[in-house]
Amino acid sequence: MLPPPFPDWLWMLSKGLKRKREEEEEKEPLAVDAWWLDPGHAAVAQAPQAVASSSLFDLSVLKLHHSLQQSEPDLRHLVLVVNTLRRIQASMAPAAALPPVPSPPAAPSVADNLLASSDAALSASMASLLEDLSHIEGLSQAPQPLADEGPPGRSIGGAAPSLGALDLLGPATGCLLDDGLEGLFEDIDTSMYDNELWAPASEGLKPVPEDGPGKEEAPELDEAELDYLMDVLVGTQALERPPGPGR
Amino acid sequence: DAEIDLKKIINSALIVPIELEMGLPADIISTVEFNHTGELLATGDKGGRVVIFQREQESKNQVHRRGEYNVYSTFQSHEPEFDYLKSLEIEEKINKIRWLPQQNAAYFLLSTNDKTVKLWKVSERDKRPEGYNLKDEEGRLRDPATITTLRVPVLRPMDLMVEATPRRVFANAHTYHINSISVNSDYETYMSADDLRINLWNFEITNQSFNIVDIKPANMEELTEVITAAEFHPHHCNTFVYSSSKGTIRLCDMRASALCDRHTKFFEEPEDPSNRSFFSEIISSISDVKFSHSGRYIMTRDYLTVKVWDLNMENRPIETYQVHDYLRSKLCSLYENDCIFDKFECVWNGSDSVIMTGSYNNFFRMFDRNTKRDVTLEASRENSKPRAILKPRKVCVGGKRRKDEISVDSLDFSKKILHTAWHPSENIIAVAATNNLYIFQDKVN
Repeated sequence: MLPPPFPDWLWMLSKGLKRKREEEEEKEPLAVDAWWLDPGHAAVAQAPQAVASSSLFDLSVLKLHHSLQQSEPDLRHLVLVVNTLRRIQASMAPAAALPPVPSPPAAPSVADNLLASSDAALSASMASLLEDLSHIEGLSQAPQPLADEGPPGRSIGGAAPSLGALDLLGPATGCLLDDGLEGLFEDIDTSMYDNELWAPASEGLKPVPEDGPGKEEAPELDEAELDYLMDVLVGTQALERPPGPGR
Repeated sequence: DAEIDLKKIINSALIVPIELEMGLPADIISTVEFNHTGELLATGDKGGRVVIFQREQESKNQVHRRGEYNVYSTFQSHEPEFDYLKSLEIEEKINKIRWLPQQNAAYFLLSTNDKTVKLWKVSERDKRPEGYNLKDEEGRLRDPATITTLRVPVLRPMDLMVEATPRRVFANAHTYHINSISVNSDYETYMSADDLRINLWNFEITNQSFNIVDIKPANMEELTEVITAAEFHPHHCNTFVYSSSKGTIRLCDMRASALCDRHTKFFEEPEDPSNRSFFSEIISSISDVKFSHSGRYIMTRDYLTVKVWDLNMENRPIETYQVHDYLRSKLCSLYENDCIFDKFECVWNGSDSVIMTGSYNNFFRMFDRNTKRDVTLEASRENSKPRAILKPRKVCVGGKRRKDEISVDSLDFSKKILHTAWHPSENIIAVAATNNLYIFQDKVN
């Protein structure tokens, strides 16, 4: 069993959202729901420990939230608080009773909140923040989310890192995927790509039908043009690491 | 060297605290370091300033009073910067100062903030050229027609002036915050360490550094551990150690590979199950690591203890000293007020027989490794008169408090001694208590 990717887990906790099992109850903004204080719950049977754990849990979540709101969080502090939070949570959850992470079906409402939120501080979970740091550092992974990106709002885990990369490129490119690839070229003059200098680039693509020089050709050329434009925007021609699936 | 007896420092000693305000408003001292001879003592503060003290020459007339430290040079090492890409201000606070060994008349030191390391040259000027031919006394050019003789300027003595000039700026190599710098024993290279990476520099080259350790995970979501401190071996220029937030120390050999991701040795003490708590990891996080002068041992400081490790034994330390174990039952409160994240440093004395580290309430502790005796002293204006012997302090844990004891609950956690330094060969220590610097020395009888 893999540990939960903690953007989902932490993000939900820090926003005070319920776990999946408590979905039907009312949402309290910014208050961490203490399901573990529910007397019916097995973990709460050991009352004093659970109460102590829960207040520590609240405290840790607050610390994490506060840390994430810093413009440049202290990485050591952040890592130690997160690891402590994991320990507390592990001790509160009976072995197999809880799902480690709310599964994606619960995510869409959260994802909508996430994507709709314009507050930069609130919208950065730890993973996206750290992804930002790594993107800014190397400027070489920016194309990767484009390869991995699915439909927007698929899940927080997928969306958060991509958001970081897209933010880097500028707000306009946030629309890149909504409009589809063709939308990128609506107002770009592509006549410069029609000369023979670009023949080598298009040789690697699927063969272009002879009798469809216009629109039908455009999709194949778009990929090469897209790659080239991405490189130009990012300012580098070479990638440190080739974009790969997942990891 | 004679074995240092702790009793000498406390009982028969003449303690001379020299307190200095670091300017108005007084800035919090963030690092303290003696140079290799002990002649100079450098401090860095939160405002990016470096103040260097020099020991005055011993006077034959006052044999019983050893040289005191006076201000030698003050300069602004780092200024606040703005990182436009991330829209962040980079603090000017000096995280560490390290001296280079002296090779000529000038002194060299490295100072670093979160992002940039600088090499400073501190030199004296006590002569001035006078008697220029082409300019008059006030520096105005003379009419060439009035010049009838040739004069060569001569050097004449002037009031001593100490100037600090930045000779190298090593920038743009760290994404994360620099926590350590360490000069290599080859005196040609040094390393700088941040939360996730360690870089190796050549003093002559500022636009390039080699990355020798990188613990950044491919997926930042998997980050669970950071680098907390790093230091080169005092004699073997290929060996260094770095500590982590999980209480481990890795010793690396640069000859093994270009990227030292695989350690040569791994030091970790197994967790004591009876002491296990939610805070086990936080209190095991190592805040400082120092090689002994001999190079045979390393000392680490975590939240509650100081540990001495033998380089030849990786599975546990050879000595463990409790700094303030009475805090173990207060960890929850200390977590709440973030004190549990305080980073204390530790130092060896010149002969590696005594170790020293700071605590709260302006207390600092010394441990004699041979006699196993320890003492708690206080750096405070109110509680120590000039030239008065420092009185040992004691913290009472519970029950009856004796007359001179202080109870755990009365400790002032805002008064923390994080930075101390020990003269390389004599019993002179420098203790930074927030914005005051104390220098203590034992009496020569």
